[in-house]
Amino acid sequence: MNLKKQFTEGLITNNPVLVQRIGLCSTMAITTMFFNGIGMGLSVLIILTCCNVVISAMRKAIPNDIRLAMFVVVIAGFVTIVDLLLQAFVPALSASLGVFIPLIVVNCIIIGRAEAFCQKEPVVPSFFDGIFQGIGYTLVLLCMCIIRELLGSGTFGAGVFEIVDGSFRAVLDGSAAGIRIFPEEFGATIMIMPFGGFLTLACLLAAMQYALRKSAEKKEAAARAAKVEVVKEAAE
Amino acid sequence: MFDSVLTIALGAILINNFIFSQFLGCCPFLGCSTKIDTALGMGLAVTFVMGLASAICYAVNMLLIALELEYMSTLAFILVIAVLVQFVEMFLKKSVPSLYTALGIFLPLITTNCAVLGVVLLNVQNNYNFIESVVYGITGGLGFLVAIVLFASVRDRLQFADYPESFDGFPIALVTAGLLALAFMGFSGMKIG
Repeated sequence: MNLKKQFTEGLITNNPVLVQRIGLCSTMAITTMFFNGIGMGLSVLIILTCCNVVISAMRKAIPNDIRLAMFVVVIAGFVTIVDLLLQAFVPALSASLGVFIPLIVVNCIIIGRAEAFCQKEPVVPSFFDGIFQGIGYTLVLLCMCIIRELLGSGTFGAGVFEIVDGSFRAVLDGSAAGIRIFPEEFGATIMIMPFGGFLTLACLLAAMQYALRKSAEKKEAAARAAKVEVVKEAAE
Repeated sequence: MFDSVLTIALGAILINNFIFSQFLGCCPFLGCSTKIDTALGMGLAVTFVMGLASAICYAVNMLLIALELEYMSTLAFILVIAVLVQFVEMFLKKSVPSLYTALGIFLPLITTNCAVLGVVLLNVQNNYNFIESVVYGITGGLGFLVAIVLFASVRDRLQFADYPESFDGFPIALVTAGLLALAFMGFSGMKIG
């Protein structure tokens, strides 16, 4: 078991959205305000971790031919549980995310992790895989939310943070107005529209590709330098 | 009656297009759109499954309400869709083998297309009756078809475009989709009647 490797994989080198490029629908659809992003991210994190553990525990009992159907049933069960809990305890989130909560059933991240990881690995690594991949997904959602919300309506943390009478306040029911960075009429509403979703995700993916390419080039240069060194030493 | 059907149809194809304004079905939209032919096949298959799923899930939903099992709807719908896709696959394999081979691996993937589950959930949410559900399913699929074919034809031209290297592949495709979404926003003020 290699926690550190799983951690970097989930957050950066094998990030579900930026590198594996799965679960894009929800990433673009719901990231219009901070509250949605954190709610969706945590819901997926919890469902992913539970599904990973259960599927990994059953991996020897599931026949190979019908494994996808079994995965879907397990996932749908957990999604229904989370959906009902949200409706009961955080109705504002449930209303604001709409069909995207039940649609977590067909979110490729969960079925993808089941297929690629849990059906081969024991329970404990699968549990941590769920947590780290979930955190990776949540971080991307929050990035998107912060960018789109700031450019679109000029606030930060709408639904979660607000400043009332000069004091900072965090709430969990989605009623907070957010911290105003610049006046609302300067915001580009287009960033909250679907176009903003496509554009922001494109820029994040491009930045990720740039970073990965740079780090690969650096590694290659280092390897080349090391080789030259070895050749020089051999010559001497 | 006719008015409401027309409103739903135009809404699903143009005003609230499944891809460009609701972000439902983005995975196959981005995945199967490198060639116009496959995009067309995918769009037709999705339209067919969406129409059929809307009809069957309407009945399933009635049954669940009668049994007071509404909370099981997500589970029931996804199972119905999975069975339906499997059934369509077997039917095509037997009767129209040419279309079956053309669609290839895209067929089983329709199960996890969020547009299909999405349309079924939206039908329930909007309290559509049977005819409205079926119309919404089919026209939603047609909207997906229009979107994916348009996108595939724009993507064809991308190889001649000069964009920063980091945008290669997925990011530039997303920017393209964003621009199409911007174009489709032009329909958003449209009213019928």
